[in-house]
Amino acid sequence: MNLFDIVGPVMVGPSSSHTAGAVRIGLVSRKLLGEEIKEAQILFHGSFLATGKGHGTDRAIVAGLLNMSVDDARIPESFKYAEDAGMKVTFGSIDLGEDAHPNSVRLILTGESERKLEITASSVGGGRIMINQLDGLTTNFSGDYPTLIVHNLDQPGHIAEVTSMLQHKSVNVATMQLYRSHRGGSAVMVLECDQPVPEEGIQWLKNLEGIVKVTYYSGTNGGQK
Amino acid sequence: MFQSLEIIIKESAERGVPFWKIVQEDDCRESNISPEESFEKMRRMYQAMVESVKSYDAKLRSASGLVGTEGAKVHKRRCDGELLAGDLIGVIMERALMVAESNACMKRIVAAPTAGSCGVVPAVLTAVQEEKGYSEEKMVEALYVVAGIGGVIAERASLAGAEGGCQAEIGSASAMAAGGLAYLQGADAEVISHAAVLALKGLLGLACDPVAGLVEVPCVKRNVIGAVNAVTSADMAMSGILSKIPPDQVIDAMKSIGRNMPAEVRETGRGGLAATPEGIEISKRIQM
Repeated sequence: MNLFDIVGPVMVGPSSSHTAGAVRIGLVSRKLLGEEIKEAQILFHGSFLATGKGHGTDRAIVAGLLNMSVDDARIPESFKYAEDAGMKVTFGSIDLGEDAHPNSVRLILTGESERKLEITASSVGGGRIMINQLDGLTTNFSGDYPTLIVHNLDQPGHIAEVTSMLQHKSVNVATMQLYRSHRGGSAVMVLECDQPVPEEGIQWLKNLEGIVKVTYYSGTNGGQK
Repeated sequence: MFQSLEIIIKESAERGVPFWKIVQEDDCRESNISPEESFEKMRRMYQAMVESVKSYDAKLRSASGLVGTEGAKVHKRRCDGELLAGDLIGVIMERALMVAESNACMKRIVAAPTAGSCGVVPAVLTAVQEEKGYSEEKMVEALYVVAGIGGVIAERASLAGAEGGCQAEIGSASAMAAGGLAYLQGADAEVISHAAVLALKGLLGLACDPVAGLVEVPCVKRNVIGAVNAVTSADMAMSGILSKIPPDQVIDAMKSIGRNMPAEVRETGRGGLAATPEGIEISKRIQM
């Protein structure tokens, strides 16, 4: 926790978890997709489903998907902005199970180039969030740092490729998590970094054999401009 | 972030550095920024607070329709010279309502420490600044004191209604504001800490029982008691009345009370005012 989490953030109300956190989930998701969103299916779970409407959680998520930050005064009118931008939005409910955080949502996104991304995220208090699942694989990162997400085949050497690229670019790794579907199946690594990762490093990774998909998220500075 | 008020009091006394500066030094270490950068960040927070008071719009209603116009009503009665509370407390009351209402109506506010308690600190700081003519620099310094106290509460207990009930939100906001007010009047780190925990003591045990789970009833009006309590607590501490229980132990008591609170009164919307016949009726009527 940072001093400006105690006094701050500057945000549009009414709730740090149900409004500001929801904006950040949308914003991080938009950055993870890496392009304008054509279609968004938004499925609410738990407390997001029960009290989300009164807290403006629906408008907040859409605002984030439109690249607005938590203090953007346009948040209450985000549906209108989505319509203007040609973003098709549908809402629904989902039961993510007992273990899911009460403030959780699943987003099924389609970008303007047909790129697809499925994200499950939760708002864990004070506007802080956690990305719990990406395309069906478990993850656990906050969006507070520049984050590199690499989908690869589960075979030897890919971690070394990623970390040596980061070393070469003088990027320090803050946290690193590894997940896989099954031995030899699909794997994902999530690296939260202290410095931004240069574009050329990301391009280099994308061209390697066995690397399926590289997603980079440059951080939101706590969701504020 | 500091683990105790005791550490800040001791460091302040030993090095002869004021409370706010110790908090700032810690921010510079943690965020790897210069004192000037940190100060400018905090200045923006204060300016955003002032803006949140000014941007009040009496025509707005919350999505549920439960909240809106309260601040304007107190404002009118104050201007008519009818308030028992007098002018300064009157301004503080109306501003606490205005900012908390704005929050419920999806306007821009500063969470301090939370969105639900966002009216307390701006109400007392802006009203007292106008009353006493303090410079903006002085107010930014006070905001470091406010944040530092909140940081200790976050470390030792909690600032979340879901964990500690409303005492953790309005109680903490009130403690933070009281410390800031004491600082503005020239208190040292020890008296600042006592002002803070006198405020916290007054609100120990406060339940978080929002009707229909929304940050509206009773949250908006509770901002008033948090703000007014900050003023009386700062006045007590400045008069030389100190907490018989050491400051950090008061915070620990808040934590232990939070732990003993049933889930019904920790932001679930299932107990207290939310579970009254009228609370249930309102919840059904809104059907969000």
